[in-house]
Amino acid sequence: MAEVEETLKRIQGQKGVQGIIIVNSEGIPVKTTLDNSSTVQYAGLIHQLVMKARSTVRDIDPQNDLTFLRVRSKKNEIMIAPDKDYFLIVIQNPSD
Amino acid sequence: MEIVHVYTKDREEFGRQCLLWDRPTELLADILPDQNLASNFIQRNHKDQAVQAGRQVSEHQVNTERFESDSHGVNHVEGGWPKDINPLDMEQTIRFRKKAEKDESYLNSIQQLGSVTEYCSRQNNAVDIYQEPFDGWEEVEESPEPPSAKTINVFRDPNEVRRTVTGLSWHPDGGRKLAAAYSCLDFQKTSRDMSLDSYIWDVENPNRPELILKPASPLVCLDYNPKDPHTLVGGSYNGQIVYWDTRRGSQPVELSSVEHSHRDPVYKIIWLQSKTGTDAFSASTDGQVLWWDARRLSEPTERLVLDPTREGNLNRALGAISLEFEATMPTKFMVGTEQGLVVSCNRKAKTPTEKIVCTYDGHHGPVYALQRNPFFPKNFLTVGDWTARIWSEDIKESSIMCTKYQMSYLTDACWSPVRPSVFFTLKMDGMLEVWDILFKQSDPMLSLKVCDRALYSLRVQDNGRLVACGSQQGETTLLEICSELSTLQKNDKSLLAAMFERETKREKILEARQREIRLKERSRSEQSREEEIGREDGEDDPDQLITRAESDFYSQVEAELKRRERREEEALREKDVCEEKEVNDEEEAGRNETSS
Repeated sequence: MAEVEETLKRIQGQKGVQGIIIVNSEGIPVKTTLDNSSTVQYAGLIHQLVMKARSTVRDIDPQNDLTFLRVRSKKNEIMIAPDKDYFLIVIQNPSD
Repeated sequence: MEIVHVYTKDREEFGRQCLLWDRPTELLADILPDQNLASNFIQRNHKDQAVQAGRQVSEHQVNTERFESDSHGVNHVEGGWPKDINPLDMEQTIRFRKKAEKDESYLNSIQQLGSVTEYCSRQNNAVDIYQEPFDGWEEVEESPEPPSAKTINVFRDPNEVRRTVTGLSWHPDGGRKLAAAYSCLDFQKTSRDMSLDSYIWDVENPNRPELILKPASPLVCLDYNPKDPHTLVGGSYNGQIVYWDTRRGSQPVELSSVEHSHRDPVYKIIWLQSKTGTDAFSASTDGQVLWWDARRLSEPTERLVLDPTREGNLNRALGAISLEFEATMPTKFMVGTEQGLVVSCNRKAKTPTEKIVCTYDGHHGPVYALQRNPFFPKNFLTVGDWTARIWSEDIKESSIMCTKYQMSYLTDACWSPVRPSVFFTLKMDGMLEVWDILFKQSDPMLSLKVCDRALYSLRVQDNGRLVACGSQQGETTLLEICSELSTLQKNDKSLLAAMFERETKREKILEARQREIRLKERSRSEQSREEEIGREDGEDDPDQLITRAESDFYSQVEAELKRRERREEEALREKDVCEEKEVNDEEEAGRNETSS
């Protein structure tokens, strides 16, 4: 438990990080540093995106699997680390 | 001639099955042609008949049904929660979350994911991938592509009877909506079932107008209030002014009274800059310019009669077809008339005679469009007859720049709001022309055929890229101009200022020269008049002038006829001379041959 907290704190302490969300396999946000409405929005949308990305990678090569997903946009970057049961979503503003 | 074939069958053989067998053919009857009958027939002419052995195919056009789309909002509900947990209940959700956090796999996976993510996050901070490496370097001039414009959307009049789009106005806030006024300007050609409606279109949705405006008489022009984007004012065919609020629906909120309105269609109406933001003024071919307060349309607040003799006489007034108002100069405005004059007026003048400051005599026909250059308000553009002219306020005699006479009538024009040297014109053959006077003054930069019918009204959106033009058939076409013609270049303003100054100076010099010549003539004629005492004042008598003109005319005609006869005679004589010459030449040639 404490290591998890420490890990999250370290990430949050990085320059430009705006928020962290941990989502489980059903799409429910388990832990978050953002407000509720944004969290729910991110969780729902990103869950679908990760499913799609993962199926794309596996369709091309069934032995392959998705390890990391970065979505860069004009205002910020959304980094998604998927796992079997959970995703870790970090929103960072890189040019800050 | 009858041919009869008889066969017999025994009664006991009836009903028996048919026994079929092969046998050679028997000729039962042979009818030979009878030559005597041939005289009843005539042989026909040969006829060419083409025969094709190809397969027959047919062409058929199919158009799929138009896809009707509609925008709806959707309400999302949070999902994904297991069935026994109510997502709205805070306690249950918190408890669920806490439970999930204590899970073994959670701890492991988060640690692992955390390290991966941290690596990437650090990567972002290490290198800024959005950095511009060549920032600050001089921009290299790319080779200019030919200018172009693209049609984005076409808004068609949904009614059966198509009407002309006579007025257009962009929504002042971002220009996502376009209001179009529809009416039929041909004299007495309005059919009874012509609809009176005008529409407000949303730029994204050409299938259906966003709002229908229902006036009592078709609208000739309309304008959005730049201060309050929900209100519009329009001038209608019967001379009334109508005021709408789009929040209140399609029916007009207020209508001006018929007695105090214009007597002719209101050709242009513009909102004014004022403290209350509700003032507008309108112009019509009945010779009046009326000022209105939108809150009280029963009577105009002010009235101006466009009489060039400044006496306020309505009979001698000029009909107004276009109006011009620039918010940076709120006391001055200009009116373009049917007679080709542009009248510049001052609103704040004390007496009515001083209201009309000066006139510019420009065109042979009605001045259909009039606009000041948004960057150089001293110069304005007018369009009428077959040319477009640019004027400077100081030079009243003539325009400083003029396009050449085009093939068809010009109906509307306006400056580009982003580039000071670019303006657009519309012609009656359906062409949209984009002119850039810094680049080329003799021809337009871009000439586009927008539609087959005449185009009547034009409006550029404030960002300078979108242009809406309305045609005679009720189509409004939305075009996007290429970026070269809609982005401000570095030296545009200074170059254009220099150009305008140069042209103005040229006109001034020409004007001064003209005045000199006139003065000299006048002084000369005065001198000659003083010398000859008792000379008849026949110069000024119109009848004598007419008779003199007639006699001049007839003498010229006779002289011309005589000249023609003489020329013909000469031609005949020359021909004889030529023939003689030819004969002589031949003789000579013959003689030469014999001698050699």
